[in-house]
Amino acid sequence: MFSFFFHSCLLLLQEASGSRLEQSWEAFRHPDLSKFLVIGALLFIIGVAGVLTRRNIIVIFMSIELILNAANLNFVAFSRYLEQTGNVNAIAGQIFVVFIIVVAAAEAAIGLGIVIALYRNKETIWVDEIDLMKW
Amino acid sequence: MYKYIWLVPLLPLLGAAVNGLFGRKFKFSEQLIGGIAVGSVALAFLISLSAVFSYGFGSHPEWPNPYVTSKDGFSFNWIPGGAVSINQGREAKQAIHSQRELEPKPAAERESAETPTAALLNIEWSYQLDPLSSIFMLIVTGVGLCIFIFATGYMHGEAGFYRFFAYMGLFMFAMLVLVMGSNFLMMFVGWEGVGLCSYLLIGYYFDRQEAANASRKAFITNRIGDFGFALAIFGIIATVGSAQYVDVFNQAKAYPIELIGHWGILSWIALGLFIGACGKSAQLPLHVWLPDAMAGPTPVSALIHAATMVTAGLYMVTRTNVIFQHAQTMLLVVALVGAATAIFAATIGITQNDIKKVLAYSTVSQLGFMFMACGVGAFTIGIFHVMTHAFFKALMFLGAGSVIHGMHHEQDMRRMGGLKKYMPYTYWTFFAGWLAICGIIPFSGFWSKDEILWKAASTTSIPLGWVVWLVGTIAATCTAFYMTRLMAMTFWGKEKFLAHEAGGEADEAHASAYDKGLTQHDAFLPSAGDRPRHQPGEHVGPTSPGHGVHIPHESPKSMWVPLVVLAVLATIGGFVGVGPAFRFITGAEHPGGRLNIVQWLEPIIWNPVTHEFPSGQESHASPAENVHGAEPAGAEASEANTSAYGGVGFVLTQSVEHTLGSELKTEWLFIFISLIVAGVGMLLGYLFYVKDQSLPDIWAARLKPLYTASYNKYWVDEFYGWAITRRTMDLARAVYSVDSRFVDGIVNGVAKLSQLASRIVGGFDKYFVDGLVNSIAAFIYRLMSPLFRAAQTGFTQNYALVMVLGLMLAVVIFFAADFVRH
Repeated sequence: MFSFFFHSCLLLLQEASGSRLEQSWEAFRHPDLSKFLVIGALLFIIGVAGVLTRRNIIVIFMSIELILNAANLNFVAFSRYLEQTGNVNAIAGQIFVVFIIVVAAAEAAIGLGIVIALYRNKETIWVDEIDLMKW
Repeated sequence: MYKYIWLVPLLPLLGAAVNGLFGRKFKFSEQLIGGIAVGSVALAFLISLSAVFSYGFGSHPEWPNPYVTSKDGFSFNWIPGGAVSINQGREAKQAIHSQRELEPKPAAERESAETPTAALLNIEWSYQLDPLSSIFMLIVTGVGLCIFIFATGYMHGEAGFYRFFAYMGLFMFAMLVLVMGSNFLMMFVGWEGVGLCSYLLIGYYFDRQEAANASRKAFITNRIGDFGFALAIFGIIATVGSAQYVDVFNQAKAYPIELIGHWGILSWIALGLFIGACGKSAQLPLHVWLPDAMAGPTPVSALIHAATMVTAGLYMVTRTNVIFQHAQTMLLVVALVGAATAIFAATIGITQNDIKKVLAYSTVSQLGFMFMACGVGAFTIGIFHVMTHAFFKALMFLGAGSVIHGMHHEQDMRRMGGLKKYMPYTYWTFFAGWLAICGIIPFSGFWSKDEILWKAASTTSIPLGWVVWLVGTIAATCTAFYMTRLMAMTFWGKEKFLAHEAGGEADEAHASAYDKGLTQHDAFLPSAGDRPRHQPGEHVGPTSPGHGVHIPHESPKSMWVPLVVLAVLATIGGFVGVGPAFRFITGAEHPGGRLNIVQWLEPIIWNPVTHEFPSGQESHASPAENVHGAEPAGAEASEANTSAYGGVGFVLTQSVEHTLGSELKTEWLFIFISLIVAGVGMLLGYLFYVKDQSLPDIWAARLKPLYTASYNKYWVDEFYGWAITRRTMDLARAVYSVDSRFVDGIVNGVAKLSQLASRIVGGFDKYFVDGLVNSIAAFIYRLMSPLFRAAQTGFTQNYALVMVLGLMLAVVIFFAADFVRH
């Protein structure tokens, strides 16, 4: 988020310089690989922070989804990048993404099932009140 | 043929092996077993006959020296003994060597003439043919052949037929090895072999307690003798360094003669040998086994306990006559023991009622006669008596076997009588044997027994020859008496088997006795076979009609033909030893050339005067006569008295000769004496047992103590039972109690101690070592577990945090490494 904001500011600065506004707009419409990677990294960090800090197990799930999607973003970005550089098998990254989405859906289903079972037994979804793995 | 004498022992062994190994498995018929056994012995007999003939009567190069088969290649190094120390008898050896050194010799030779102290001992297995072994070969195979043929008839129907002939063949092998071996160890092998076969055959009816006891008794008694024999062999090897007869005798003849009272090495060796001979030949202290040995089948008694095995002692003494003639003390001992045995056994024979027992004691007595002959220095005459005794005693045993067979296994003479009518062949052959053993001219026993008595009376080898003669003469009277008694009770007079007066089926009587629980385990009792079976007038036999009166029958042809052969031999066999007293008829001292036994055996008898073996050439002035007092002129007789052995005191014949003034008259006087004593014995027997049959009981009552002593065999068995068997048992018990208390106590104490020690060590291990290990483990456990437990919070986020931190660490390390690289 900070990166996006910084980048926008940078673009405004380029536009303000006047002569390179056209170029900057072109660059915004056709961003290069690094921009995708930066966004992917931001998403990953937000997801990890969410997993480590939030107490609500549902939110932790959502944070995991963020992490997964950060990975997806990277796959897609690299796929596109490789396609531009003329690699024949560039589509593989996109196929991976499809798999990851499917696995994430399954994981979410099982995870939510576990959460429901946990709630029925422990009557809580706060993870700092659940130390079953200690035993 | 003399090259093939190694076949002689081998053939009976092969026969025995075939019979013993396959006879039962393949169910050989009696004809086959008998054929194998008789055939092998017959072949052995033929080979020995032709070998002896070609050796002694052909122009054999070796005569009269022993022919050893190693000369023709038949020998193998049986015991490679290596070096032995031969330090025994050092003084005698040094004396011999210093004597030799008196002769001038080069210095180098004198060096080598020093007394040797070590020798290389190698025992070879080879057979020896010489005058002595050839006589024994012929006796063993010839008489053996007759007995084998007899046994095929006698043992007919026995379940152990094959076993019997296997043992008999094995015995023939052992006996032939004994007499044909070329060294002392082979003799010992044969000696033990015949002992074993004797044991097996006495115990042939092993299901009968008395036979089993008797076989053990024979074996154990023989062990005592064998002990002495073995010691003597060790002594010979330790003195001479060789066991080969030729070497031993060639060395021994150089030794100085050991007079009475001087116990040199040769006297000790002779003592050991004589103990062995006493055991095997049933001489006085060790005679107890032979009468019991009658528990075996009768052909066994004839072959082993009359004709061959018991004469092995005579063979051995004659074989080692060099050693015995060097030891005057032992000569005297041999003569006195022989005389004592002769009279002792003869007096027992008078009162026995079992026909085989009488013959057994007669055998012991005759063996005593033979030892008398050896003891007075007349070894050839001893062997002569061995031969004639083999003929007539084998004949009488086989005759007794025939009687027992005909009487359906009745052995008690009181149940016999009048058998003359029923068993003519047996009777007439027995008759010849009876005349022979009584010593009636011209039957074989006369020649040998008379010669023994003459030699005893005229000996200059030992003192007290006249005592030996006197005892021998009395024993001869007893012999004639008990043999006449046997004849009268068995063959003459009333047929007592018609009435159940005494006795009964002997074997069944034993069986019922054992059924009643009369066990004979207690050694204090006389052994079962020796026990008087039935008292006079006692009714023992079964009276059921099924066991009615048995009418005796003559034995089959296979049994009486050998009897006839032996009877002929017993009649004419003595002519090979016609004595010098008949020189006015025969024209020679020892007529017949080599056919005369004295001339035949002369080469093996060492001459103490010349210190050499005679050359064996026929010389009428034979050197042996110089020693044994047969000097032609009376003036030289006193000189002969002092030759070789020094003065021996009173010599009966010389005194008589002084009175009569003629040697021939003296000889004839002694012949008449021996004929008269034989006649007196026979006449007394006739009076007692034919003429007036109340006399035996009257005289038995009058001489009650003597009769009882004789009837009970002087209580020797009881004495041995009390003095030896009982004491041995006591000793065994004492040793056992020491063992069970002291030795076991030590062992148990040690066990207890080690148990205690193991408890202590166990406790130490359990409480100290284990405690140490456990406490260290506990310490570590207590210290570390809180740390590890604290790490496991159970909160998912903690784990996730650790994972993230790890990831970051990995990234940092990755980039740091990258940084360091650049």
